Amino acid sequence: MEYTQKVIHHYTNPRNVGKIEDASGVGEVGNPVCGDIMKMYIKVENNIIVDVKFKTFGCGAAIATSSISTEMIKGKTIEEALELKNTDVVNELGGLPPVKIHCSVLAEEAIHEAIADYYRKEGKMTEEEIIKKCKLKEKKECEACGH
Amino acid sequence: MNTVYLDNSATTKVDDEVLKVMLPYFSQNYGNASSIYSIGRENRKAIEDAREKVAKILNCNSNEVYFTAGGSESDNTAIKGIAYANKNKGNHIITSKIEHPAVLETCKKLEKDGFEVSYISVDENGILNLEELKDSIRPTTILISVMFANNEIGTIQPIKEIGEIAKEKGIYFHTDAVQAVGNIKIDVEKLNIDSLSLSAHKFYGPKGIGALYVRKNVPFVKFIDGGHQERNKRAGTENVAGIVGLGKAIELAYKDLDEHNEKIKKLRDYYVEQVEKRIPYIKVNGDRNKRLPGNSNISFRFIEGESLLLNLDLKGICASSGSACTSGSLDPSHVLLAIGLPHEIAHGSLRVSIGKYNTKEEIDYVVDSLVEIVERLRNMSPLWEEFIENGGNN
Repeated sequence: MEYTQKVIHHYTNPRNVGKIEDASGVGEVGNPVCGDIMKMYIKVENNIIVDVKFKTFGCGAAIATSSISTEMIKGKTIEEALELKNTDVVNELGGLPPVKIHCSVLAEEAIHEAIADYYRKEGKMTEEEIIKKCKLKEKKECEACGH
Repeated sequence: MNTVYLDNSATTKVDDEVLKVMLPYFSQNYGNASSIYSIGRENRKAIEDAREKVAKILNCNSNEVYFTAGGSESDNTAIKGIAYANKNKGNHIITSKIEHPAVLETCKKLEKDGFEVSYISVDENGILNLEELKDSIRPTTILISVMFANNEIGTIQPIKEIGEIAKEKGIYFHTDAVQAVGNIKIDVEKLNIDSLSLSAHKFYGPKGIGALYVRKNVPFVKFIDGGHQERNKRAGTENVAGIVGLGKAIELAYKDLDEHNEKIKKLRDYYVEQVEKRIPYIKVNGDRNKRLPGNSNISFRFIEGESLLLNLDLKGICASSGSACTSGSLDPSHVLLAIGLPHEIAHGSLRVSIGKYNTKEEIDYVVDSLVEIVERLRNMSPLWEEFIENGGNN
């Protein structure tokens, strides 16, 4: 399966690339061994994600899923952002080749990690509550390649 | 937008002269070469002429050359064929860690069938460790198969030395010379090569046709069963147009070999020099001297190869990478890992393989494009961000 026009469009002109200096939360997932790292910065005001930026090391699909997922959560409440599933990202892109589905999982996880970081900085919730609310994965190794 | 084709290790454009000699065999001289009527008999002669051309280049006898459907079939036939025909003598095979999948997967399959295989390591430039090779020889070793030149990093192996070791020990020596034929003078007598694989589309010939050399008196089991074609060693109606094309292509490749090599080596060196001059934090992979004239393999740190290829493609540039995303597996290229590259650096590799149709203007265009793309992708990379924030040291 080849990349859809929308995927090509996003890796050619990725939206929201960069870094937020005074980010409310930062999430980084993946590792260089697998060839994919996503770093997501969010700015939260009144429970709303007012700005989001990303940096990604990875293939075309990794860049496209990062790009589109930033668009999908910008302006949303934290609860809405946490509802975003990797399958929503895939659908929004018009599909991804099967071997690239893990890129969409990384995008979902990066958002969850960024929100968890925000809650930690806020200091109102226990780690247990954060893990539950943000559905954080316990294991740190990459599901796709086991590294 | 023009296409800038820099993936000549993957395949090459068919030379116009090659295409010209092939065409009549599709619509006029279409007879089956095994038939007794004239349009069959004439094709038999065309096949034998092509066989002579191959034999002349390799310095072997034409009855030691068998036509196949390409490099993979030649490798399969040689390795499985020699292994099964000699299994009463032993069950041990020696190969390298950086072979083409056509060799590695064949060896893995033989391991499931009772054979034992030693995979010899290479140094940081991709040159085979000869001491390890010697040490791995057992009384049961029947075959050594080491590629002539590597398809990814272009490294040329010490074939003469391996041939001598094999001869001294009475072990058959096969070499996958798919990348070497058309780039290097090969004399199977001088190099003590018992079997050699080659493929036409790597030297401006057509796809789907290759040849296998097997020295007289080296027993091998036929790989494709059926009719008695190819002296009963490879069944199937001969691909006459392909065979004629292969014959013409190999003849042309060796007619102007020195000139051809000098031209593409100069372009390759210019490319590497420009990239080294204009892009920081790169690593040139493979041996600087013992390598194929048109091959370059460079890792661009902090970026991933597939995104690099996609961006090059948008500019009409065709190249390849050893990243996991392009290797079709979850790990980057086994060759780049075997020369000791860390995963993250292997992921950012770019193979540019130059051929006879490339020009200096194309190289300039590619380098300009790379400068722009690498900068853009690095600005998008969290690894680059971290590197810069740490003061550019690691």
